[in-house]
Amino acid sequence: MAQLEIRNVTRRFGDFVAVDDISLGIEAGEFFTLLGPSGCGKTTILRMIAGFDLPDAGQILLDGKDLAGTPPEQRPVRTVFQNYALFPHMTVAQNIAFPLRMARIPQNEIHQRTGETLEHMRLTDKAEHYPRELSGGQQQRVALGRALVSRPRVLLLDEPLAALDAKLREEMQLELINLQRDVGITFIFVTHAQGEALALSHRIAVLRSGRIEQVDEPSRIYGFPRSRFVADFIGNINMLDAAVLETAHGHSRLAISGLGEITAPPVSGLTAGARGAFAIRPEQVRIGTRSEVTELKNHFPGEVRNLLYSGDVTVYKVQLVGGQMLEALLPNSAPGRAELFEVGDAVRVGWRHDAGVFLHE
Amino acid sequence: MRRGVWLWTAALAVYAFLYLPLLIVIAYSFNDSRLNAEWVGFTWRWYGVLFHDEDMLAAAGNSLLIATVSSLMATLLGTMAGIAMHRYRIKTLTFIVMAPVAMPEILLGVSLLLFFIQLLNLTLGTLSIMLAHITFSIGFVAIVVRTSLAGLDESLFEAARDCGASPWETFRHITFPLILPAVAAGGLMAFTLSIDDFVITFFTAGVGVSTLPLHIYSMIKIAVTPEVNAVSTLLMLLTLTLIVLAAKFAPDALKGKG
Repeated sequence: MAQLEIRNVTRRFGDFVAVDDISLGIEAGEFFTLLGPSGCGKTTILRMIAGFDLPDAGQILLDGKDLAGTPPEQRPVRTVFQNYALFPHMTVAQNIAFPLRMARIPQNEIHQRTGETLEHMRLTDKAEHYPRELSGGQQQRVALGRALVSRPRVLLLDEPLAALDAKLREEMQLELINLQRDVGITFIFVTHAQGEALALSHRIAVLRSGRIEQVDEPSRIYGFPRSRFVADFIGNINMLDAAVLETAHGHSRLAISGLGEITAPPVSGLTAGARGAFAIRPEQVRIGTRSEVTELKNHFPGEVRNLLYSGDVTVYKVQLVGGQMLEALLPNSAPGRAELFEVGDAVRVGWRHDAGVFLHE
Repeated sequence: MRRGVWLWTAALAVYAFLYLPLLIVIAYSFNDSRLNAEWVGFTWRWYGVLFHDEDMLAAAGNSLLIATVSSLMATLLGTMAGIAMHRYRIKTLTFIVMAPVAMPEILLGVSLLLFFIQLLNLTLGTLSIMLAHITFSIGFVAIVVRTSLAGLDESLFEAARDCGASPWETFRHITFPLILPAVAAGGLMAFTLSIDDFVITFFTAGVGVSTLPLHIYSMIKIAVTPEVNAVSTLLMLLTLTLIVLAAKFAPDALKGKG
């Protein structure tokens, strides 16, 4: 059984259903992410696990025990708040020691464990500073230290990286991954930033309007989105209106409206005539002169309409013969100066028969 | 340039209007003459007279006692009211707490007098004055405390609970230390209001008990003596000190910082 189990939980605010009959199982030691746009219910779920909010229906179980009657201070769960919520009138050391003090742990042990946590968080030299004297990254580490010092069963993180600048955010992502591996505690991470979710998580639940769209490993969420919403929300993706022509063992044939037929990965559980979209990532689309692309199963002529050179890669927007725009991403990995196609160039774009995914309406 | 001159003149006139009478009182408290007519010479004499005036000392003692007790009580109740106003956001509650602040003093004085005599059957005296002062001070403390709470980040309280603190421990270790400057500022305000209140005290004092403002008033019915000037100067000094102290706490409290 999962360590944390959310069973048919619903939470309404007036007429607004923030969380709509959600069920989830989170394993011990997992780095689990709740991902979705604002208003999707991810923070509400986190608050219900922490005990700041209660479900209108359903149960939340930790190690098989229903948390319903347990107030926040008695749940073996800690939260890292979006704005860190460090106590402004306490020093870094006092902030970190606070949960231990509340747990009535003997003074000498508090002292020792606070010291260890300060060291682990590389804050020993900041112990006597006040939160307002620290940088964003340091405040973040104090918040993590305060949450981890009393060794909770589950750590809840509410968009903890949102307030940091891009460079620091990347550093903190690596720190979070290492930290989670070190302490081995279950992390439940809430974010609207899909890149963060992909980089950090063992598993991701994509949420939309209080419902779960998909729960999967990052590479499966990215590679095999199960709905238009997930495909669109995670990364960039090309979507072409399509219908299933035939399904076969190991592959399928799709008709792209205004373009023609393509060979695509198998569509399970669908029959010919099913309508939807064919979705393919820009990095799976090849762009080139005739020969290198025509070797591919699927290829079409087009014209470069736009290009975005960003150093490591170049993104081309190619208009296909049917009028659709297709995005193709080309790594500039060849030695020497990158060779670029120009706007207006006639090119061919293509992709492998096993690339992309058909999303049924 | 012309506009600057006019502005300065206007400002100077306003400040003169506000502070010149106070300065005159201070000046004449050091005047070596029985009359407030012409400057004769510098003396400490009137302050000596003041400290040998039994009635004056009794009134001052009363005032200090009443101000201390009533400001402490008003601070306790006002802090509780401020917290309740912040937490529950009930309009009626805010109205009830704040009404005495806005009410004309004369009205409050008359109604408290009736309340004490008719309903409580209380003999007017020190206790009735204290109760009256507590009544009008609560609202001032409450509003300062509520403003301070409104400036605090709500997630601090959740963070405290999250760290294992019960609601009471959250109040003791987080909320109270953070609003303490506001509580102190509110208490000093209550003390200041109490020590120089005249109208409400006048109605609720009864006979036999006097406070400093009441005593000063009774003295000037005869004549404004240099002794009145001296006691007024001291009262001014005390009030000013308290206001400066309150202001020292208040800005931080209003910004919600510890």
